[in-house]
Amino acid sequence: MKTLINWFDHRTGFRSLTKEVLLENIPGGSRWRYVWGSTLTFALFVQFITGLFLWMGYSASSGDAWESVNYIQNEMTGGWLLRGIHHWMAQAMPILLLLHLMQVLVDGAYKAPREVNFWFGVILLKLVLALSLTGYLLPWDQKGYWATKVATNLANLVPFIGPEIQKLVVGGTEYGHHTLTRFFALHAGVLPALIVLLVIGHIYLFRRHGITPAEPIKKKDAFFWPDQVFKDAVACLAVMATVLFFVIWYHGAHLSSPADPSEPFSAARPDWYFLYLFQFLKLPAFAGDKEVWGAIYIPSMFVGLICLMPFIGKWKVGHFFNVGVMFAFLGGAGALTYLAKHEDVAGPNSAIYLKALLDNERDARRAIELARHEGIESTALNLLKTDPKTQGPKLFAQHCASCHRYDGHDGLAHSLPDAKSLDELKQRTSSLNRFASSNSVHPDWSARFKDSNDWQTVEAIIAANREGTFEVIAGNQFKEAPSAPDLKGFASRQWIMDLLRPEIYISKRFFGGTIHKDGDMYRRFLNRKVTKYDEEEKEMLKLVALALSAEAKLPLQADLDKADAELIQQGVDHLIDDISCINCHTFQEPDPDVEGPDLTGYGSRQWIIEFVKNPEHEKFYPESNDRMPSFGKKNILTEKEIGLIADWIRDDYYKAPNSPITH
Amino acid sequence: MDNNEDINPDSSAVPEQDSVVEAISNIDSDIVQEVSDENATSPVACRLSEVETSTESEEDFGERRGFVKFLCIVIGGIVSAVPFGAGIWAYLNPLTREKEGSGDGFVKITTLDAIPADGTPTKFSVISDKEDAWNKFKNISVGAIYLRKEDGKVKALHTVCPHLGCFIDYRSIKNDFFCPCHNSNFKLDGSIVSGVSPRPMDPLKIEIRNKVEVWVKFQNFQPGHDHPIPLS
Repeated sequence: MKTLINWFDHRTGFRSLTKEVLLENIPGGSRWRYVWGSTLTFALFVQFITGLFLWMGYSASSGDAWESVNYIQNEMTGGWLLRGIHHWMAQAMPILLLLHLMQVLVDGAYKAPREVNFWFGVILLKLVLALSLTGYLLPWDQKGYWATKVATNLANLVPFIGPEIQKLVVGGTEYGHHTLTRFFALHAGVLPALIVLLVIGHIYLFRRHGITPAEPIKKKDAFFWPDQVFKDAVACLAVMATVLFFVIWYHGAHLSSPADPSEPFSAARPDWYFLYLFQFLKLPAFAGDKEVWGAIYIPSMFVGLICLMPFIGKWKVGHFFNVGVMFAFLGGAGALTYLAKHEDVAGPNSAIYLKALLDNERDARRAIELARHEGIESTALNLLKTDPKTQGPKLFAQHCASCHRYDGHDGLAHSLPDAKSLDELKQRTSSLNRFASSNSVHPDWSARFKDSNDWQTVEAIIAANREGTFEVIAGNQFKEAPSAPDLKGFASRQWIMDLLRPEIYISKRFFGGTIHKDGDMYRRFLNRKVTKYDEEEKEMLKLVALALSAEAKLPLQADLDKADAELIQQGVDHLIDDISCINCHTFQEPDPDVEGPDLTGYGSRQWIIEFVKNPEHEKFYPESNDRMPSFGKKNILTEKEIGLIADWIRDDYYKAPNSPITH
Repeated sequence: MDNNEDINPDSSAVPEQDSVVEAISNIDSDIVQEVSDENATSPVACRLSEVETSTESEEDFGERRGFVKFLCIVIGGIVSAVPFGAGIWAYLNPLTREKEGSGDGFVKITTLDAIPADGTPTKFSVISDKEDAWNKFKNISVGAIYLRKEDGKVKALHTVCPHLGCFIDYRSIKNDFFCPCHNSNFKLDGSIVSGVSPRPMDPLKIEIRNKVEVWVKFQNFQPGHDHPIPLS
């Protein structure tokens, strides 16, 4: 062994090199406060290694970026760990950078003759922040897409050449393939290369001038190896352990839904260490054309001031000034960061912010489960765009919810965990990882008791001090009461049975808000006949409901319908003979004399599409249509869009047995 | 500055071990002389002498330093192994990922009428669904095969050379198969005429469905073996 080492040393001289590296003298001995430079080097090392391996699975194009990152995160063995380490180490770096900078400033290690090395450090700081900024976009998810758009739009504010700079950074006027290829080349090539060069220079200059001992020196000198190395190693271990804790807690790193230029994401924010700048720009002082001051001039001047600190620090007062400025900056940035966070979860618009997070989480989970189940033929975004579960509610909210409801809301609301009190609810929602605030149950959101459809605000329920489980829905508030039926469970057995109960038929849940409450169905059938039904007739009516519901061929009821085939046939007979629905409705055989809607295939996909296209068609309400627009005839909705709504109402879409893990 | 030899407490304390720890431990014992020479003009260098006035016995001190060095290497190893470990785990994914098979593996290629009756081989694309990492493509080219009628029966051969995977050409002038990469030469039935191929061209199973449809069980084989082994 020794011979081999000697042989190698003779040819390379590695021994003297190692000695030079390890046997640096540290005046006053090793100290914990010196570890930050080493932890940063270690963090960079970890980012280079994990980044290199991530590179092997990443594809930088707008049709593949989210897809490949999702594949790394959710399909590759160990991919979540790899991506998690890269993500969370990136979160650790700004903290380590700050600690390093503050140690250098407080201990005066930036003063002559170390000015140049201090500037190297400032440039390195900027480069690492540039790595964060470029890396944020690469997954091409809603979060990165919209946050980075704001950042690149700020480039537009640069005096004289702003628009040109923006075009060069983005690779054109619009975000696309070249935005990603350019960002990726910067993130994985240009910036790391510059960082390696500067780190070498930084360490070379550091060694040239030696460490600046923190005064007062109380202990004896020691060598870098092993005393300081040991402290550095322990610090690196602590950093790694912290990072791994977050990686495991969050099972990797969060991936929001695929970037969609047509879908706003109101919760888009820069990474947390840029939040103070984000909040800074919200100050009224930078409104209108003064924004360039907040975005460019003031930050540039501050960096300029930092670069001048070695000269200011020549005087003792200057040193205190420098340290004071940095602490003031930290205090200010901290306060702005807190304000930004606070506004998001408790400010006047926090309901929008929190709901955007919930909406996005829903889309993200759906995209992941569809990618897993159906595979991606074009893009993951396209999977979402053709998915009834995703698009149905959005279209419903936009086109139908002004009159109809879906389970009491506009189709887009979220059910939050049930709870017995607001405190319990707050506790539960805060345990959802993305809602790290106890204020996330917003008073703007509605609540109802589990067994009723009576909606209140969360606060009203708490104020009423009623006991019992209630559920909170995060959803849009309505200006007016519903004026058309609630379509949750449309054409299902329960829905039709409810429809055939007179008191429910004229309630707001069904036709209470329409002209049909005074129509023949209610006056001549439900009110005059059904209310007087004996037990036998009630039983017949129940079978009619079964038969009518079977017309819809709902996938959820397929098994039930098959099992009850005989009862359904009896129901069909009652429908025609005993209950005589065909007096007013068409059923199976066309009858031009009746006025009520066609019951053949009632609630089936085709029936719904035809109805929505033109409710005034002679098959439906040629005489008595109440305000419902002819969505197809007037080209308000395409047949494809109506199909998405129909499939969603009918619960006819892929349902994942187990939702994929994501946070 | 002639007391430098004494600065290093390891020189006598660390027992001879044939280990990395020892190798690194010995570094300072070998060269403290040089370093302190370099530092001779440094104002802090003189403080080095204070190290020797340790209250611990030299042996204890040396043992403790040896242990600290050992810990440094262990911790350094652990923290460096984490990113490599995660990376290699993800990198090895192809070895553990099972390929999903769909159906019986037969793909409809063409109809009987499209194959020349005179026995001339004709190349057909295999159009099938393909899973490619995150993508699942429907009806795209996944390969090609030669179909040929022999005594009224259809025979299928893979177009990929069993040697190293080049695409085998059909030479109409010589009426044979020829691999342009390493000059392997095959007869129309796929058997070797000359060249370096370890086995004849790979035959593929054929089924005639609905009287006229030619279905082939399309699969790829490992190159280099003397008999076909399917890639899985």
